[in-house]
Amino acid sequence: MIDYFRQNLLLLGIVAFLVLVMLLSSVQTVNETQQGVVTRFGKPVRIVNGFRPGEKFGDRGAGLNAKIPLVESIVWIDKRVRDLDMDVQQVLSTDQRRLEVDAFARYRVVDPLRMYIAARSEDRVEQALKPILGSQLRNELGKRPFASLLSPEREGAMENIRSGLNRIARQYGVEIVDVRIKKADLPTGAPLDSAFARMRTARQQEARSIRAEGAKRAQIIRAEADASAAQIYAASFGKDAAFYDFYRAMKSYEITFVGDPANPIAPTNIIMSPSNEYLKQFEGR
Amino acid sequence: MNFISGLAGRAAGLFADSKGPWGAPPPKGGGKGGGKGGGEPPEPPTGPWGNTPPRRGPRDSGPNTVTSLDEFLERNRRRFGGGGGPFGGGGGGGFSPDRSMLTWAVLGFIALWLIFTSSHRIGAEERGVVTLFGRYSSTLTPGFSMTLPAPIARVQKVDVAEIRSIDIGSQNEETLMLTGDQNIIDIAYRVSWSIRDPEQFLFELLTPNDTIRQVAESAMRQVVAQVTLNDAIGLKRGEIEARVRDELQQALDRYDSGVVIRNVSIRQADPPAAVNEAFKDVTAAQQDAESEINKSNAYALQLRQLALGEATAFDKVYEQYRLAPEVTRRRMYYETMERVLRNTEKTIVEAPGVTPYLPLNQMPRAKPQPEPQAKTGGGQ
Repeated sequence: MIDYFRQNLLLLGIVAFLVLVMLLSSVQTVNETQQGVVTRFGKPVRIVNGFRPGEKFGDRGAGLNAKIPLVESIVWIDKRVRDLDMDVQQVLSTDQRRLEVDAFARYRVVDPLRMYIAARSEDRVEQALKPILGSQLRNELGKRPFASLLSPEREGAMENIRSGLNRIARQYGVEIVDVRIKKADLPTGAPLDSAFARMRTARQQEARSIRAEGAKRAQIIRAEADASAAQIYAASFGKDAAFYDFYRAMKSYEITFVGDPANPIAPTNIIMSPSNEYLKQFEGR
Repeated sequence: MNFISGLAGRAAGLFADSKGPWGAPPPKGGGKGGGKGGGEPPEPPTGPWGNTPPRRGPRDSGPNTVTSLDEFLERNRRRFGGGGGPFGGGGGGGFSPDRSMLTWAVLGFIALWLIFTSSHRIGAEERGVVTLFGRYSSTLTPGFSMTLPAPIARVQKVDVAEIRSIDIGSQNEETLMLTGDQNIIDIAYRVSWSIRDPEQFLFELLTPNDTIRQVAESAMRQVVAQVTLNDAIGLKRGEIEARVRDELQQALDRYDSGVVIRNVSIRQADPPAAVNEAFKDVTAAQQDAESEINKSNAYALQLRQLALGEATAFDKVYEQYRLAPEVTRRRMYYETMERVLRNTEKTIVEAPGVTPYLPLNQMPRAKPQPEPQAKTGGGQ
């Protein structure tokens, strides 16, 4: 009797334990960052916490979700905005100049079911979309001359690339939020070197023109000063030209024959005739 | 040995409390003890449940019945269990002292667990994002708050005041970027950001730091590609910073990132090292030109003052001269001639016939012209 009871209880315990396991595996916590595809023996049957635009947190399907244990399983798919980073692409502009472009896209899985059927995992979506992003980028940017390649945002090129990529991404249940160019550089080697050379010569030209400009302005300033000095002299000396002649001659003699301590003159011999104006009083007239 | 067996017994007791018939641990413990003890009839622990043989026992009419198992256990327990006592009792059928002690321990543990996982202290700079089974329920503001306990509710604390920064480019390494006029600039900058919306920050972005860095690089490139090199190096830095910040914020808002960009500051914007010499030469040229102009200005100033001085001197003399022209003129003439002739060697020659005897070799640069006054007349 006791044996039987014990065996029954044992059985009961096992059953209870199994029931507990079933119960536990029939509820599933779903994080806000996740969305899940519920599959029944591999066949997708429904979506939990799928992305719907404009939702608030807490209103979504996150939290406890029920599923049939053993029969159903959940494939988790990220609900957040993810990064699709592209390899560096060489883009050839219409004027045959090369540019190395490094771009990235941000995407979000908006249709987890389609994404699950088409690619199964985020990694495989990224693998599939990467080359498409690259070719979209090359096609769109290759239509432009180099000058406008540098700021493609101005002409809506990025929007074109985004919508082009989005068209394909939609097949994977993915929405491209944004495509941006991280880097656009000249390839190292000849293009970069010639750009440097151009910059250098441009600077040299600038330096020369600055120096020339400075010299020009300096010359003008000097000439203006000369002119205004001449004007001042003329205004003053013009009052009596004859007296100026005399006055200036006197100063000139003094400078030439007398000198001053700072500018000593060379030794001078003066031979004078008695008829000289200065000696006219010698005659004692 | 005692201890091990005791533990086993206690474990057995724990299970025996409610699920006596499981009896799983006791055989295990017993088996172990038996193995070590040696002399006892071997009761091999069969499988993880360890109780399948007993159940099958009666039908197979084997020697291993439950009763014998129990007896065996009892024996073992008495042998290793430190004189039976409370431990051994636990295995047998659950005596009250042991059970209550265990119950209290478990209850205490649960109580502590509840207290520690359901009360939260949120600092002034923090927000606590509460999720119930993964689902967002609320955000705790600073202060003390209670939530449901741990497995149900989870609180993630997010510091919303801390300003984080990302440095892009550095002094040691060149970060080259093309400007709008197809020149190349070496740029380094810092992006400071903080969390504006903790829920979005936690739930919307996979890699916030990388995202901000990438978008910042992209925004900077975009803005720099629209200005000229001189603007980027020089005056428009502030404008560039503001535009990058706006662009970055817009992009991050598009991702619902919950991040606010506090500041973008350009720490360095220089021409690349390869062309730096030429750029320095431009600066030098500017200095050169400036100094040339300064010199000219100095000359002009000097010349003007000189002219003014001379003209004024002339005017003064002329005023006096006008009052008595003849006398003044003579006076000036004689005074000047005095000074001129005082320090020079003078020769006075009467007639033209003497000229050949002049010792011209001893008179270097002697003036043959006797009348100095006649020669110099024009103003300088």
